[in-house]
Amino acid sequence: MTLLAVQGLCSAHGLLQAVRTVDLSLGEGEVLALVGANGAGKTTLLRTIAGVHRAAAGRIFFDGTDITHFAPHERVARGIALVPEGRRLFLEMTVEENLRVGSAAGRKGSWDLDRVLHAFSMLQRLRKVKATHLSGGQQQATAIGRALMANPRLLLLDELSLGLSPKAIESVYVSLRALTDAHTTIILVEQDLQRSLSFAGRVACMLEGQIVAQGRANEMTREQVMQHYFGARLAAGGAPSV
Amino acid sequence: MSWADLIIQGALLGGYYALLAGGLSFLYGVMRIINLAHGSLAVVTAYVFWAMAEYWQLQPLLLILVLLPLMGFVGWCLYRLVFERSLHGGALIPILSTFGLATVLDNVLFQNFGADTRSLAPYFDTLAYDSWTLPGDIIVGQLAVIEFALAVAVLGGLHLLLTRTSVGRQIRATSEDEDAARIVGVNTRRIHALATAMAFGIIAAAGIALGLRATFDAYAGPQQLIFAFEAVVMGGAGSLWGTLLGGVTLGIAQSVGARINPQGFLIAGHVTFLAVLLARVYAGDRLRALLAARWLHS
Repeated sequence: MTLLAVQGLCSAHGLLQAVRTVDLSLGEGEVLALVGANGAGKTTLLRTIAGVHRAAAGRIFFDGTDITHFAPHERVARGIALVPEGRRLFLEMTVEENLRVGSAAGRKGSWDLDRVLHAFSMLQRLRKVKATHLSGGQQQATAIGRALMANPRLLLLDELSLGLSPKAIESVYVSLRALTDAHTTIILVEQDLQRSLSFAGRVACMLEGQIVAQGRANEMTREQVMQHYFGARLAAGGAPSV
Repeated sequence: MSWADLIIQGALLGGYYALLAGGLSFLYGVMRIINLAHGSLAVVTAYVFWAMAEYWQLQPLLLILVLLPLMGFVGWCLYRLVFERSLHGGALIPILSTFGLATVLDNVLFQNFGADTRSLAPYFDTLAYDSWTLPGDIIVGQLAVIEFALAVAVLGGLHLLLTRTSVGRQIRATSEDEDAARIVGVNTRRIHALATAMAFGIIAAAGIALGLRATFDAYAGPQQLIFAFEAVVMGGAGSLWGTLLGGVTLGIAQSVGARINPQGFLIAGHVTFLAVLLARVYAGDRLRALLAARWLHS
């Protein structure tokens, strides 16, 4: 069953068209890795699906409903949650307060404070600590936990491992595995191609605002992804190794 | 008058300033709007109270119960009609639009009520003149004590709301990072409107307090704005308990100024405000560094 359908979506930053006529569909429980070079339009696409960035053209359907003109809080209430690039925690608020804010507009469901703190056990002893005092990994765990508090059906994860230590990245992905096991639908934007390909069931490559290739992760070679990642011209000169 | 008496009277006066500044501080803290119509709106509330009590003979307590939510509703509407649009125009537009609003309000009041001064004291029996005697023969006005207690209750209530409730957390989240708040599903438009309504409710309380403790006229708003502004800046913009501290500091400074020279009431408050402002600008970083160094070595 299709959970998310994006049709001819365009989105712009002023005169710069960051997303151009993107078509995308995602079934319930699927995990899609969205890859592409910096500036390819991945973050803008996620923010447009989340409603934080306005769509210039096209349609977004979620669970059969046209949500193109819905406000962000209406999308969160329907089950779309974004973990933004750079975490964007409320630094003057404690971990617990950050998590509770996440549930303000969310759906009723099985994710509550206790379950999030259980899933991200590192946060248990930090619940009264202000977010500004957390390490990068702890902040990322809090950001994911905050999104889960909304009981999302579709989780949008933007640059999950950016600025994290290898150990913190490993810890975050272990927690995410529990979400995929629970059939949460995920779109993952990740610079680490190897990890994206091993984590996701499907891969979509973005280049200059368009999806130039997509397919099953286990059917696409790393070289194919790299070719689309940088564009054919660079690939002809030999793509760098991942 | 002993110094203890002076400090107590000044602190109680500061309670009124804190109440007056509460709405200004809250609105700035949530939306970074400096509402230059703040004082005029307080005076408008005092006039509306006076008119309803004078012409309709409504009970004062009933009027308070009506006016506070009514001003909250006015705040909600003003947010949707003026503040929301002006916020999108940069930092200067809200200042200009609230300045324009203040000018319109002052002149509408003058046109309708003239230059006569008025007071709300007669509608509250003898409350404005009753007093208690403390040990040491220190006499404190009942109204001043009530206004101080009201300021503490309002600021304390706001503090509890912001820290203990879901709405409060949403207000703080919106205040800290509006874009991130939208991402996590906070309806920031509703939160802004709600915050404006709450601020206007506090303004209404301050307006009634003003009318009770002093006479007012159509052009009393700008003077009240200056008092509120000084209290907010001295206490730290956006800080609720800082606002109480700023109000008390202003009240004590004015009382001490009046003790030194009967004409020194206002000027002492302004000089103290300037001194605190300059200390914040020039010595703030050094003071913070000194405190941080002491904390690290303790």
